[in-house]
Amino acid sequence: MNSIKGIAASSGIAIAKAYKLEVPELTFDKKNIENPDAEIKRLDDALSVSKQELEIIKENARKSLGDEHAEIFSAHLLVLSDPEMINPIKDKIKSENVNAEAALDETANMFIDMFKNMDNEYMRERAADIQDVTKRVMAHLLKVTFPDPALIDEEVVIVAEDLTPSDTAQLNKQFVKGFTTNIGGRTSHSAIMARSLEIPAVVGTKNITNTAEKDTLVIVDGIDGEVIVDPGEKQLAAYKQKQADFEEQKQEWAKLKDEPTKTADGEHVELVANIGTPDDVAGVVNNGGEGVGLYRTEFLYMGKSELPTEEEQYEAYKSVLEQMGDKPVVVRTLDIGGDKELSYLDLPKELNPFLGFRAIRLCLERDDIFRTQLRALLRASTSGNLKIMFPMIATLDEFRQAKAILLEEKENLTNGGTEVSDDIEIGIMVEIPSTAVIARQFAKEVDFFSIGTNDLIQYTMAADRMNERVSYLYQPYNPSILNLVNNVIEAAHAEGKWAGMCGEMAGDSIAIPILLGLGLDEFSMSATSILPARTQIKDLSKQDLASFKDKLLSMNTAEEVEQFIREKTNQ
Amino acid sequence: MVEKTMTITDETGVHARPATVLVNKAGNFESDINLEYNGKSVNLKSIMGVMSLGIPKDAEIKVTAEGSDEEEALQTIVDTIKNEGLGE
Repeated sequence: MNSIKGIAASSGIAIAKAYKLEVPELTFDKKNIENPDAEIKRLDDALSVSKQELEIIKENARKSLGDEHAEIFSAHLLVLSDPEMINPIKDKIKSENVNAEAALDETANMFIDMFKNMDNEYMRERAADIQDVTKRVMAHLLKVTFPDPALIDEEVVIVAEDLTPSDTAQLNKQFVKGFTTNIGGRTSHSAIMARSLEIPAVVGTKNITNTAEKDTLVIVDGIDGEVIVDPGEKQLAAYKQKQADFEEQKQEWAKLKDEPTKTADGEHVELVANIGTPDDVAGVVNNGGEGVGLYRTEFLYMGKSELPTEEEQYEAYKSVLEQMGDKPVVVRTLDIGGDKELSYLDLPKELNPFLGFRAIRLCLERDDIFRTQLRALLRASTSGNLKIMFPMIATLDEFRQAKAILLEEKENLTNGGTEVSDDIEIGIMVEIPSTAVIARQFAKEVDFFSIGTNDLIQYTMAADRMNERVSYLYQPYNPSILNLVNNVIEAAHAEGKWAGMCGEMAGDSIAIPILLGLGLDEFSMSATSILPARTQIKDLSKQDLASFKDKLLSMNTAEEVEQFIREKTNQ
Repeated sequence: MVEKTMTITDETGVHARPATVLVNKAGNFESDINLEYNGKSVNLKSIMGVMSLGIPKDAEIKVTAEGSDEEEALQTIVDTIKNEGLGE
């Protein structure tokens, strides 16, 4: 059996040989050597190749992620020329007559232990940096390949346990045709990145790294969530056909790129995109997005050694707003904490991070961080059509506090002579059941709602979406979720406000007909889902779907809902 | 030997980015350049030495330089600390 089931994370078909992104075996024997000078020469050679590689990686990171991100590699480079690190290694080789591997390992471990034992979280993480750099040098000493997405220069499919944000940031679309991982789900970081890069991906295969050997041909079917290892001739031909069909389908979708999103009965809804960085805007425009429904600002704060400055944020926000012109851009203020940690804030570890000190809770307490972001946003507001929303709002009081801070900063700026747009809508994410339940009260004070289904579902079902053993409880079509969503939409409309959705559910082909029937105004999804969604909506009648509303809301199970929609929409 | 005592004013202390800049600058000089904090002295040309001090905000530090270009070296390091907004 050469077919492995996984989770379809990004659609399309990729066919290429496997590139395994695994750290190779780096074991060695400690040996006595005869010629220390030759051994030191070996070390110097390994150091020099490692430095050259790091320079390339740094340059790639600079291009794809900006100067700030590239800085970490400058630090890595300095470690390799650090006299306090390199001289002791050479001394050890000379005085103890040991091989370079042993001398490197022992010296590096001394430093790693030192950093690990520091009482500052940030410093403890630096131990990992030294470990990373040491592994690269060790690999060169042992003459084994140290895999590096940035150094790939032929067409491949990446096979890995998981991909880190810095791995994905270095993927070159020209050569990386797709990827597949052991762990992860549709909402994991690597999956989101795959969709924004528009490369096929299958995640959560559990054991693809054990099945696919280096250089074997691999097919990643990101449409049906399957990976085929070493396909037979017939299989290969079938998938090449499927790949061609998908390309054709994409051409078909592309025809709707500049069309507004209209249902069969002529109702307009807005299809907008989720983005993480200014670079993602190109994908939104290419896929015919009618705006940005969720700009996740966390990336500005992640993978760094300190908070981003107001200026840095201003430039990013302005760039997104300018690129989108007069189309709406909904920016979510910082949603950090919980599982998304920022080591430089040195926050205490929590037992239940998803239920803990995160997002607006953190921003209201650390209002210095919050105010910097708001000022950057307000200053950028004159560059386009800005809307601001606060994440994780659980009580009306939190919204009032956040809005008061926003208005205070606005007044400060205006008083100081800075121009700020006068029609910035201020809304909230609805992702906590308490807020969905009393949406009616909220609707009197907010300008809009955006329903964040990934969190709303996990909080409503009390099921950690990262825990595979309870993943069956992640049920977007469960009538409990539909009733909450309906409550939010009705509350918004009763006050003449609009309601959007920015979770994965908004781009789902079963959920779209349901949401249309409930009257959702705005659907925010991965850019690549926009054209398929527009194509689907074109053939749906909003009036017909609305007539099923009461029936759907009173159903008993998610399966019942799904089956009913499948029948009604021929899926 | 020349030396200068300064106070760190940066909110986050001497972190990776400014430390990288300092070590890069120090590497351009012949002189031995050292950084002292809390009774410990490290080679300012060593990123791990500098980072290992874990210098926080409000810390008092001493920079020393000894060698053929010590005056210029010290001046450059002091200027860098000021320009990076690290200290005064």
